[in-house]
Amino acid sequence: MKILRDRPCSTATTDSFSLVPARVHEAGGSGRSSFALFQASRHPGPLFWILPQHEPLRPMARGLPAGIGERLHLIETRSETDLLWAVEEALRARPSGLVIGEPTKPLSLTAGRRLQLAAEAGQTTGLLLIREGQGCNAAETRWKCDPAGGPADSTRHQWSLNKNKSGTLGLWTVQWDGATTACHMVSEAGQ
Amino acid sequence: MARRLLAIWFPRLASDVSLRTRPVEGPFALTHRAGNVDQLHCLNAAARAQGLHRGMPLADARALVPDLATRLADPVRETAALVALRRWAVRYAPQVATDGDDGLIADITGVAHLFGGEEDLRGDLQARLIRAGLNAQSAIAGSRGGAHALARHGGGIVPDGLLAERLGRLPVSALRISPEISEGLSRMGLSRIADLIPLPRAPLARRFGPGLVTTLDQMLGTMPEPVSALPEAPQFGVRMTLPEPIGLTGDVMAGLDRLLERLCGKLASAHMGARRVRLELRRVDKATVTVEVGLARAMRDPVRISALFRKGVEEVDSGYGIDALRIEAVVTEPLAPQQIGEAKVRQEDELNDLISRLGNRLGFDHVLRFLPAESRIPERSFLTVPAAYSEATPLPFRKRPRRPAMIFPPEPVTAASGHPPARFRWRRMSFTTLRAAGPERITPEWWFDDPAWRSGVRDYWRIETKEGPRLWLFHTPMAPAWAVQGTFL
Repeated sequence: MKILRDRPCSTATTDSFSLVPARVHEAGGSGRSSFALFQASRHPGPLFWILPQHEPLRPMARGLPAGIGERLHLIETRSETDLLWAVEEALRARPSGLVIGEPTKPLSLTAGRRLQLAAEAGQTTGLLLIREGQGCNAAETRWKCDPAGGPADSTRHQWSLNKNKSGTLGLWTVQWDGATTACHMVSEAGQ
Repeated sequence: MARRLLAIWFPRLASDVSLRTRPVEGPFALTHRAGNVDQLHCLNAAARAQGLHRGMPLADARALVPDLATRLADPVRETAALVALRRWAVRYAPQVATDGDDGLIADITGVAHLFGGEEDLRGDLQARLIRAGLNAQSAIAGSRGGAHALARHGGGIVPDGLLAERLGRLPVSALRISPEISEGLSRMGLSRIADLIPLPRAPLARRFGPGLVTTLDQMLGTMPEPVSALPEAPQFGVRMTLPEPIGLTGDVMAGLDRLLERLCGKLASAHMGARRVRLELRRVDKATVTVEVGLARAMRDPVRISALFRKGVEEVDSGYGIDALRIEAVVTEPLAPQQIGEAKVRQEDELNDLISRLGNRLGFDHVLRFLPAESRIPERSFLTVPAAYSEATPLPFRKRPRRPAMIFPPEPVTAASGHPPARFRWRRMSFTTLRAAGPERITPEWWFDDPAWRSGVRDYWRIETKEGPRLWLFHTPMAPAWAVQGTFL
């Protein structure tokens, strides 16, 4: 039997919002697509957004943060099996920067584990946009993202890290409007 | 070496081609419509024997021969048949060209001995054409004009140096001249080519134009006339027949790899890349199974194309076995040789492979990419096009007017109070407006009849709610109602 070593803890991720590379993560909540776009702006290379054909909510090219629209490939799938297959293929391919998938059903542990292996094989990061309470145990991290109200000219998001296999949990209120790849923390006082 | 030319004339090409696939007993004709009249276009020997001729109105023909079977003429098929015959005739000479729309001309200089002499060559040719069910006349002569004339007047072989003697007995209409000139010549009592040869050239040219003298010289071989064959259109198909039938996926893939190697070599020498590749597997029971794959970019890398075939080949039912494979690049595109090994190129190749894999399973029109478009209408402000058929284009980034990041078909808002609404319900959730920015009026594009925009102009508002979501609402003043169409970051 081959004993797998622990993955070396990357020191490059200084930011709390950096996703661990070559793993699959999950994001839920009503602001999950904003979180996906935030992550997309931080990952260079082609982006794949894989969604069911009947999904009405689509990215709008004109409103995306700069530099995402031209890298984004939108993939429509007819069934859940096709969707998971497409996510796996995209994760396994080396050039993909970030693979965003929108499964409609909860993932089984087998399926989640399989995606993790694909991500490791392709050294690609994946992000699944899940619905309420549909997380998979194989996910590296699970985020809950919601938009939050704030003062004028602010685009606040409340991002909470609910599950983390290799680190601590947390809750942040941040300000990110798509203009840059960095986001500003909002202080506890809220101003 | 003296030039020798072979002319083949198909007097009834169109009807022969039509009858080859569906034979008819008795008189038969192809018709085509000229103006308001159906005319006979081409007829078989039985119809001709009953007194019909080309160009005759169909009504007259029917009156003469009541049991005449007719079909519509298909000029495209006729042309294709002649092109196919030209390809076939390359077995006799390297240079074969079409001559008019019912003849071929081949330069057989120095070739005849390979077939055992000109007699045998012509005999072989005639025998093969008769077996194929085609009426043909052929002639071999020392000049192109001579061979052409002789083929249309009985055929035969004119030995070297006897052109004027043998062709002299043909009527002047055998020269490639217009009917008016030949009529003018016969009116002057010049009915045979032999009559023309001794005449002084200058008065002939003055009276009938220089064309007559030129064709006469070309026929007699004193003026050269080359056979200019069109370059052979490249055919990107290779085949393999097997002595024993095969059935295992691995065996088929091994055969496929060998074929792909040859196909890609062919493509490379023509600087082309395949865009769609079709594999035909012929089974022992003569059934043919085809597997077709599409490629996201033109390519000619056997290993990468072979990988795409695996899934299709695995699903094939091989029955009692497969004994022939044929692979063809159905759609090709020019592809210049490229420097390999560069990291950027390799990454692009891998991306294209991924798009090919996804496209072959999900359909190429489900792997999409955004392109910029000029429209104010939110749904049409960008194009969503198949990634395999478009290049990535930078989208112009504009900060204002603000647009939502995600968009969906309009969903109605209920219980809206105020303008803009201070409170409203959407998707069974109630929202309180914190801040509203707008309105931005967008008028429908009247040149498109879009059912979604029948309610007239829209006033768009960006509404920040106390609950969090930043929504894109619009109001239709002409049919007062509020709806949500998108969410901002």
